[in-house]
Amino acid sequence: MSENGNAQRAATIAVLVENEAGVLARVIGLFSGRGYNIDSLTVAPVDETGRISRITIVTSGTEMVIEQIKAQLDRLVPVHKVSDLTMEGPHLTRELALIKVVGKGEHRVEALRLADAFRARVVDATTESFVFEMTGAAEKIDAFCALMRPIGLAEVSRTGAVAIARGPRGLN
Amino acid sequence: MSAATKPASTADAQTMSGAEVVLRALKDNGVEVIFGYPGGAVLPIYDALFQQNAIRHILVRHEQAAVHAAEGYARSTGKVGCVLVTSGPGATNAVTGLVDALMDSIPVVCLTGQVPTHLIGNDAFQEADTTGITRPATKHNYLVKKSSDLARVVHEAFYVARSGRPGPVVIDLPKDILINKAPYTEPPQTEHRSYRPQTKPDAEQIRKAVRLLKAARKPIVYAGGGVINSGPEASRLLGEFVRMTGFPCTNTLMGLGAFPAQDPLFLGMLGMHGTYEANLAMHGCDVMLNIGARFDDRVTGRLNAFSPNSRKIHADIDPSSINKNVPVEVPIVGDAGEVLAALIAEWKADGTAQDKPALAAWWRQIDEWRSKDCLRYRQEGRIIKPQHAVKRLYEITRELGRETFITTEVGQHQMWAAQYFGFDKPNRWMTSGGLGTMGYGLPAAMGVQIAHPDALVIDIAGEASILMNIQEMGTLAQYRLPVKVFILNNEYMGMVRQWQELLHGGRYSESYSAALPDFVKLAESFHAVGMRAETADDLDRVIREMIAVDKPVIADICVAKDENCFPMIPSGAAHNEMILGPEQEGGVAGVTDEGKVLV
Ligand SMILES: Cc1cc2nc3c(=O)[nH]c(=O)nc-3n(C[C@H](O)[C@H](O)[C@H](O)COP(=O)(O)OP(=O)(O)OC[C@H]3O[C@@H](n4cnc5c(N)ncnc54)[C@H](O)[C@@H]3O)c2cc1C
Ligand SMILES: Cc1ncc(C[n+]2csc(CCOP(=O)(O)OP(=O)(O)O)c2C)c(N)n1
Ligand SMILES: [Mg+2]
Repeated sequence: MSENGNAQRAATIAVLVENEAGVLARVIGLFSGRGYNIDSLTVAPVDETGRISRITIVTSGTEMVIEQIKAQLDRLVPVHKVSDLTMEGPHLTRELALIKVVGKGEHRVEALRLADAFRARVVDATTESFVFEMTGAAEKIDAFCALMRPIGLAEVSRTGAVAIARGPRGLN
Repeated sequence: MSAATKPASTADAQTMSGAEVVLRALKDNGVEVIFGYPGGAVLPIYDALFQQNAIRHILVRHEQAAVHAAEGYARSTGKVGCVLVTSGPGATNAVTGLVDALMDSIPVVCLTGQVPTHLIGNDAFQEADTTGITRPATKHNYLVKKSSDLARVVHEAFYVARSGRPGPVVIDLPKDILINKAPYTEPPQTEHRSYRPQTKPDAEQIRKAVRLLKAARKPIVYAGGGVINSGPEASRLLGEFVRMTGFPCTNTLMGLGAFPAQDPLFLGMLGMHGTYEANLAMHGCDVMLNIGARFDDRVTGRLNAFSPNSRKIHADIDPSSINKNVPVEVPIVGDAGEVLAALIAEWKADGTAQDKPALAAWWRQIDEWRSKDCLRYRQEGRIIKPQHAVKRLYEITRELGRETFITTEVGQHQMWAAQYFGFDKPNRWMTSGGLGTMGYGLPAAMGVQIAHPDALVIDIAGEASILMNIQEMGTLAQYRLPVKVFILNNEYMGMVRQWQELLHGGRYSESYSAALPDFVKLAESFHAVGMRAETADDLDRVIREMIAVDKPVIADICVAKDENCFPMIPSGAAHNEMILGPEQEGGVAGVTDEGKVLV
């Protein structure tokens, strides 16, 4: 443990939980009750029977706080496994976003041109709007939204990050 | 833990109601006593209780008291305490007790009634979101929505409550689940799917710890409530380890009794109201072995000044206790008893010699600190000093040689009890440490007396705290529990008054215990015996009479009103900035606003 541990770091934590009533409330209650940050949180069942869910939490804190977060998560009865992807080697992070852009004329052309450059797909269109779907790292989505703002960004819906370690090693 | 025998016969499985399944599961988990209070939602369980005699029900007078009684029962026996309350107000009244058990790691299973499943969420009569309210108040909780889950959930609740770091578990039971038929299954033999506490320490960490300890020149053992949680064998091993090493040992408030108070290697309690020698030894040590203690703020004082030059080893069953407040060099995850056994074995196996001369020099230093005699007080004149009252209580109970259990309320009297009553064995001392719940002591004593009918059980109380659960005098009367309530009556919320004197310019805002009842008459109206000691001359006689009476007693001990509890480490200060007595109270003037914000 470093004692000069005031430096903050981000952490992407994967948690495998028993998919039972209240489990998400336990996780979220832990963060709010102990004053930890949640930058994003995603959850869905991941095994064939639907009994196990995977929660991906992006958080930040000092090294000591992040160690605490992991220990506290691991202490919850329905938690199977806690893994700090940030510390355990290279990993991939992806986020999905649906982005609505409203505009006419030149703006439409510009929106499509940028979407193409960012590999965003058009999933809905009217004469005055598009909905783009894009996946990628959070920064890429941030950048795309920033470019769309002056063009007519109307609404954004994002999933928050999901993440997985690179290579053959699995979490369970 | 009762091993499963055979599956319940199918006949049973089809004829038992949910309520009967619950009672059967309690019985199979070793429950003999349940503390409770009835109401509409749990009537099916009360009906089933009426028709059996394996489990004894103790009717308390308030649900908070049911939980504290279960805590006292649990802490004094090592078993899981069991509680039964109704929905809504029954459950919300229990919350303080649950948080108390959570903070002090006490195993309790609390059954709460709930409105029938089809009404949940409708603001039905006496509905409360019990699992929502108790989620942060428990180690774990359950809402049973299917009859087929019922037996499994009860078994699991007991396993979760008693294993790993113990704690309270709530099972919320909708009324239809209690009435409908439910299948019974025996306690499972298999491991839990996700919850598997680690009890066996890592061998390499044990080797590292022993290497550090062997080379120590100024070592200290700092042992806490985890040693008590682990069971009496852990306390025995702690004694063995400390004696074989010759190290000084200190206990937290929760750890008192883990190491015998009379032993010359014992430095007393450490922390805010700990001894001079324990705190200075913590401050000056070069190697610290923490077993089952959690570096609580009442113990560490100002963190950045806490034991600045030591290398620290921390053994705890809960990984989240390690590196939480204080970074340590050698973390050991495991059960205190198993860790101690491994340390003893490794100490013997390891060939290196101990630095005996350095240890002797360290003891000379400690003895010099000890010679300050920091718990000294002067009993002069007629007015009873509270310290003296506890000291005499201790000496007289020792002289009588009866098995004695002490509980306390919260305040100065609690600290004096910790300082002046010596404990030689674990599980004899029940106090609310983490939450500091006034009103804990009387119901806890009740639970202890139920578990140990022939023992002497004394609640060392304050006149303010005792009023918080005074209604339990009725329970004592009903079950003829000869609990002794020993009130150190200073007519003040003394601990509050002390802080106001030392930190708030002597402005005694709302801390005077005005309009007190006549405790002697109060006792009598509850069919108990009341007595009072007004002067120092009365004290011994009242203590002896109190103990001799085979009935519940309230002994109202009129003590000095303005006595402060010392030594004291003012909030925000370091161990070596301790105040030893009134002469030094000026030292508190230096407390910064940063210190004052601390509780
Ligand atoms: C008015 C007041 C004043 C106080 N002043 C003081 C004071 O001066 N000094 C003092 O010490 N306290 C004091 N306290 C109490 C203090 O608030 C804490 O409750 C106490 O210090 C905690 O004790 P502990 O560290 O032994 O931990 P506990 O709360 O007993 O926790 C036990 C620890 O052991 C672990 N554990 C549990 N089971 C096991 C096992 N089987 N094996 C291994 N580890 C296990 C747990 O995970 C936990 O970390 C005071 C309280 C009050 C109300
Ligand atoms: C339920 C609850 N409310 C408030 C407090 C704050 N508090 C701590 S000690 C204390 C005074 C206790 O007075 P008394 O019981 O007379 O004990 P004394 O300190 O005088 O020995 C108070 C109010 C508490 N610990 N618990
Ligand atoms: Mg008082």
